Amino acid sequence: MLALAAGALGGAEPRPAPGMIRVPAGVHRPLVRSITDAAEVPVAAFDLDVLPVTNARFLEFVLANPRWARSRVKRLFADGAYLARWAGDHELGSNAPPDAPVTDVSWFAAKAYAQWRGARLPTLAEWEYAALASPTGPNGAQDPEFRARLLRWYSTPDDAPGRVGQGTPNYWGVHDLHGLIWEWVSDFNNSLVTGDARGDGGLERDLFCGAGAAGARDPSDFPAFMRYGFRSSLKASYTVHNLGFRCARDPAPTPR
Amino acid sequence: MKTHRNTPPAIAAGVLLASLLLSTPTRAADPAPGGAKAKPTDPEVRTEERAVLTQAPLVPPPITRKHPAKVTVEIEVREVTKRLADGVEYLFWTFGGDVPGSFIRIREGDQVEFHLNNHQGNKMPHNIDLHAVTGPGGGAASSFTAPGHSSQFSFKALNPGLYVYHCATAPVGMHVANGMYGLILVEPKEGLPRVDREYYIMQGDFYTTGRYGEEGLQGFDMNKAIDEKPTYVVFNGSVGALVGDRALTAKVGEKLRFYIGNGGPNLVSSFHVIGEIFDNVYQEGGVVATQHQVQTTLVPAGGSAMVEFTVDVPGTYILVDHSIFRTFNKGALGMLKVEGPPNLIVYSGKEVDATYIGRAAEAGSDAEKRMASLKAQVAQEIKSNPKIAGLNKEIEIEKGKAIYMQTCFVCHMAGGEGIAGQIPPLAKSDFLASLTKEDYIRGVLLGRQGQIVVNGKTYNGIMTPLNYLTDEQIANVLTYVRNSFGNSGEPVTVQEVTRIRAEVPAPPANKFE
Ligand code: HEC
Ligand SMILES: [Cu+2]
Repeated sequence: MLALAAGALGGAEPRPAPGMIRVPAGVHRPLVRSITDAAEVPVAAFDLDVLPVTNARFLEFVLANPRWARSRVKRLFADGAYLARWAGDHELGSNAPPDAPVTDVSWFAAKAYAQWRGARLPTLAEWEYAALASPTGPNGAQDPEFRARLLRWYSTPDDAPGRVGQGTPNYWGVHDLHGLIWEWVSDFNNSLVTGDARGDGGLERDLFCGAGAAGARDPSDFPAFMRYGFRSSLKASYTVHNLGFRCARDPAPTPR
Repeated sequence: MKTHRNTPPAIAAGVLLASLLLSTPTRAADPAPGGAKAKPTDPEVRTEERAVLTQAPLVPPPITRKHPAKVTVEIEVREVTKRLADGVEYLFWTFGGDVPGSFIRIREGDQVEFHLNNHQGNKMPHNIDLHAVTGPGGGAASSFTAPGHSSQFSFKALNPGLYVYHCATAPVGMHVANGMYGLILVEPKEGLPRVDREYYIMQGDFYTTGRYGEEGLQGFDMNKAIDEKPTYVVFNGSVGALVGDRALTAKVGEKLRFYIGNGGPNLVSSFHVIGEIFDNVYQEGGVVATQHQVQTTLVPAGGSAMVEFTVDVPGTYILVDHSIFRTFNKGALGMLKVEGPPNLIVYSGKEVDATYIGRAAEAGSDAEKRMASLKAQVAQEIKSNPKIAGLNKEIEIEKGKAIYMQTCFVCHMAGGEGIAGQIPPLAKSDFLASLTKEDYIRGVLLGRQGQIVVNGKTYNGIMTPLNYLTDEQIANVLTYVRNSFGNSGEPVTVQEVTRIRAEVPAPPANKFE
């Protein structure tokens, strides 16, 4: 404890764990917000997985935690399509290559995995801030070529996701934040929609029918709209065939 | 109201198919989010049924029951790659697998239980906003559904009329631009006047990364969409969805009703049928025939109209968006083929009928199949024999035919016969025979105007420059023209077009796109 505190005071923070990269402090500007929300959310420096969690790594987790096996998981924590691509409880099979990102995992499962690894899920602000970076700079928002490339993913038929880490990393050195899968964030459900409070009234309607666009930071940031839209369609037990995750950690490692 | 005397076989088949699809549940229902709320039962409702859904241009049969029912509607959202034009593919987001989405027909007072299933292979969440629903968001929030999940909500159809439904997931414009719209008809209690045939036509504008006709899988172009500059404007989801084999049909003397929708996302349609006058127009999809003797009716984006007319003369009638460049250059063209005893007044469109139907009909599918088989032959040939020029020409002709059917036939007609007094024929044209390859190429790149004499008849029209076609497309279409309609000539090569394009003064970019 003492050593850590001294390290932090001296500014010499421990290096990120293997497979992670340090994203320096910055700010996240939410796409849509109500008048009471801040326009800028400060993001402290954090460590982020360079790659999304793969099938192979998730299998290690399932082997170590049998209650997360496909046939044993509680419906409350993962819906009926949990790990649907896998061949069996402990078998990946040809539809789930070991180096492809794990998908069909619920938020509960992703969170449990992260905890098991001594990490956590990134927050929405952290994820969006990291994903704002293009390959050449920390802010790709004004780069039409970068944005067009992100849009292309939505115009391509959705085949099974390919292997992780194939493209160019972004400015921070992180791979696959775009163009491979959707990713869970820890607070996916308080971007606009609050869990079970989904009804015909309330905040989430702001996302529909253009009302949301009126208060949006940048109504032409289509990829961001898609991510916000996608996240608000989720429940924590949902699994989706193209939704995976990666882990984050505070720079001073949280004790196991 | 009475049922149709003769249900056309196509409609019957469509209905059968729809009910077959409906009777097969595709996924186990997840429990309703937050637990289903106890719903008060509707005292008016006496019977239950499943809605019959049809794909355009078919319309479900009129409703004959005289009381409200509980009607279950089940629609599956699918993201599918389909043909947008010959050789052009697009990833459409659809209600029911097609653009426009399935036609829903219910009766005023019906209690509708709506199931929206988002196919597990989809990338995006989707929902549905039915303009027929009174309630916040038209069902949008209650139907918001992640891929591989389904939602259910109920509403009572209080207002009769023809309504648009669409996806309202952010970014709404993109979901609509990708094809997420359709029509729902709430029949008034007393029914609609009896007609002999009904059809479902819906216009939409599309924004592709490539220009008009550029082959291959096209992405969505956000900038064009924001600037409201569509690459395609089409009826029923693709260029040629209502021509040839797929043309609408009718018999002389029949009374027709079109349910016309406009999905947009941007353009307002000036809907017109060349050679017809609408007897009744139910403006903006209301249930009262508000206008009679109408030539062109405006259909707003996110709106609809019903038109009725009786067809008196046999022939082929052309459906257009009379904002006419959309028809000639972007694909907004359909056909209504009317058969029956000839009338003294013969309309020149009839020749289109005689030559286009049957041959052009299969232009899309058959030409594609033939091209594929020819390509396979070429691959084979290359292996064993380097002399492949002959086959290449055949492929060029097939490709050229596709371009011709997309670009030239609206003026020169499918058989190259032209239009008497206005458009010169390309078939057995002595003028054409006197042209050099270079003249041909220049004519397409720069357009043509001024007096010419073709087969003894004088023409003095204007052919707009078609320079938006690529060099390859121009080469292929000219090779096709030079080897069709009784003409014969050497193929035009891409190199020749490239060379002449470099020589001629460049007309303003994209002027005709
Ligand atoms: C907008 C209507 C229109 C379209 C579309 C059109 N043409 Fe023409 N075309 C005309 C008119 C009008 C003339 C006669 C011009 C004149 O009077 O000088 C003409 C003349 C011609 C001629 C010379 C006259 C003859 O009969 O031999 C050729 C060749 C020709 N067109 C080929 C084409 C080809 C190939 C295409 C498609 C790539 C095409 N046209 C598309 C209207 C059109
Ligand atoms: Cu949608």
